Amino acid sequence: MAKYLLLKHYRGAPAAVNDVPMAQWTPDEISAHLEYMNDFAARLEQTGEYVDGQALSPEGTFVRYDGEGRPPVTDGPFAETKDLIAGWMVIDVDSYERAVELAGELSAAPGAGGKPIHEWLELRPFYGVSPTITE
Amino acid sequence: MTPPVHEAVLRGLIPGVLGILVRRGADFAAAEDAVQDALLEAVRVWPTDPPRDQKGWLVTVAWRRFLDATRSESTRRRREELVEEEPAPGRAVSVDDTLQLYFLCAHPCLTPSSAVALTLRAVGGLTTRQIAQAYLVPEATMAQRISRAKRTVSSTRLNQPGDVATVLRTLYLVFNEGYSGDVDLAAEAIRLTRQLAAAIDHPEVAGLLALMLLHHARRASRTGPAGGLIPLAEQDRGLWDTALIAEGVDILQSALSRDRLGEFQAQAAIAALHADAQVAAETDWVQIAEWYDELVRLTDSPVVRLNRAVAVGEADGARAGLAALAGLDESLPRYVAVAAYLRERDGDLVAAARLYAEAAAKAGTLAEREHLTRQAARVNAGLA
Repeated sequence: MAKYLLLKHYRGAPAAVNDVPMAQWTPDEISAHLEYMNDFAARLEQTGEYVDGQALSPEGTFVRYDGEGRPPVTDGPFAETKDLIAGWMVIDVDSYERAVELAGELSAAPGAGGKPIHEWLELRPFYGVSPTITE
Repeated sequence: MTPPVHEAVLRGLIPGVLGILVRRGADFAAAEDAVQDALLEAVRVWPTDPPRDQKGWLVTVAWRRFLDATRSESTRRRREELVEEEPAPGRAVSVDDTLQLYFLCAHPCLTPSSAVALTLRAVGGLTTRQIAQAYLVPEATMAQRISRAKRTVSSTRLNQPGDVATVLRTLYLVFNEGYSGDVDLAAEAIRLTRQLAAAIDHPEVAGLLALMLLHHARRASRTGPAGGLIPLAEQDRGLWDTALIAEGVDILQSALSRDRLGEFQAQAAIAALHADAQVAAETDWVQIAEWYDELVRLTDSPVVRLNRAVAVGEADGARAGLAALAGLDESLPRYVAVAAYLRERDGDLVAAARLYAEAAAKAGTLAEREHLTRQAARVNAGLA
């Protein structure tokens, strides 16, 4: 089994096919979208492939160390930041091919007009465990 | 004073008990649940009221649980048929029951991950929570994975001949997962493989057991204090478990004497040759390279060819190793790392530093990435 992170971007991914901001959808379209996402997660739990999923608020702050005895410096949010993560799902699957298949399904979540968004999801493998037998 | 119930002893009884229930006609999924119930009951009752025949007790209680569950599911007719067919109690657990259970839990109709989960639960007797923790997934996810696997094999007749190859592959996967959570999967894989070796006389089962013991013997020396990988050549050989090595070598030798060579025996032979060297420089690379030739013949696996290139590089020099590497697919895992190592041995430090860094970026595990990054830094420091 291998774990993969499915990353959904607010910004930074190539434009989706059905690229209409959510605020311009009808309330029913929003409900249909959320229901699809929830059903998808529930189905993965049934197949024994679900690990975790979370959505992130777009408003974030950058933080860094500013030297001994000083409070951390904060900055942002930066409106021009190129990459902005909207949320993630972690799956545990038998193969890369299965991970791609599931990402494709998730990307088909309905958006404006009830049609699939075709949004780009980023698929990132986790580091695995080091096998005991190597040589 | 009441003796505590010894968990390892209890778990060792599971395969035979479950096998008997299934042979008596119980549906596998329901039988497995019933055995789990009986185990909980044993932990509760045995400290104050220890049975004389532990297996017999478990069979009786599990069978009763199974019948209760079947009744509550209102399949009365089926239950009555089974009661009529019930054999006399106290029947000895046969080795075949244990064996059939291994075959069922690693049935070729299951995906590797399902076979692993079901084997650990039904043969190993681990709880769903323990298995979930070991594989770092939520308990609910693991519970579904196990119950799907149970449903899949429930429709499989237990008397169909099993496939030793898939059983061995499943145990090999468990062993390679190593140690995470509170379950030592490597130790559990060894326990299950020992149990299997006692139930079936098969040189490849012995080969796998030997392979596991020989690798397990080196466990203490394999990681540094911070968890970093220590390659074989740099391991403190004083930390190797000589008793485990001796046992592994014995098992391997008697398997090899049967003259039915297989890939696990060949892998174990390579591990035994490594274990035999008091210092890294004494390693018999010529013999190891010959065993890799055998492995290539047996498996025709590109990963084996890659490892063979390393052995050839040690036996016949870096140029020979690079020649053995030629023609292999560069996208193979660890291909670039092997190329970096052979380039360094060949004296091409500029190429080696570049390849180590590239290999680090492609590494499949964090420990490997750190190790390769250090190699790149070491070679770069020498160039500066």
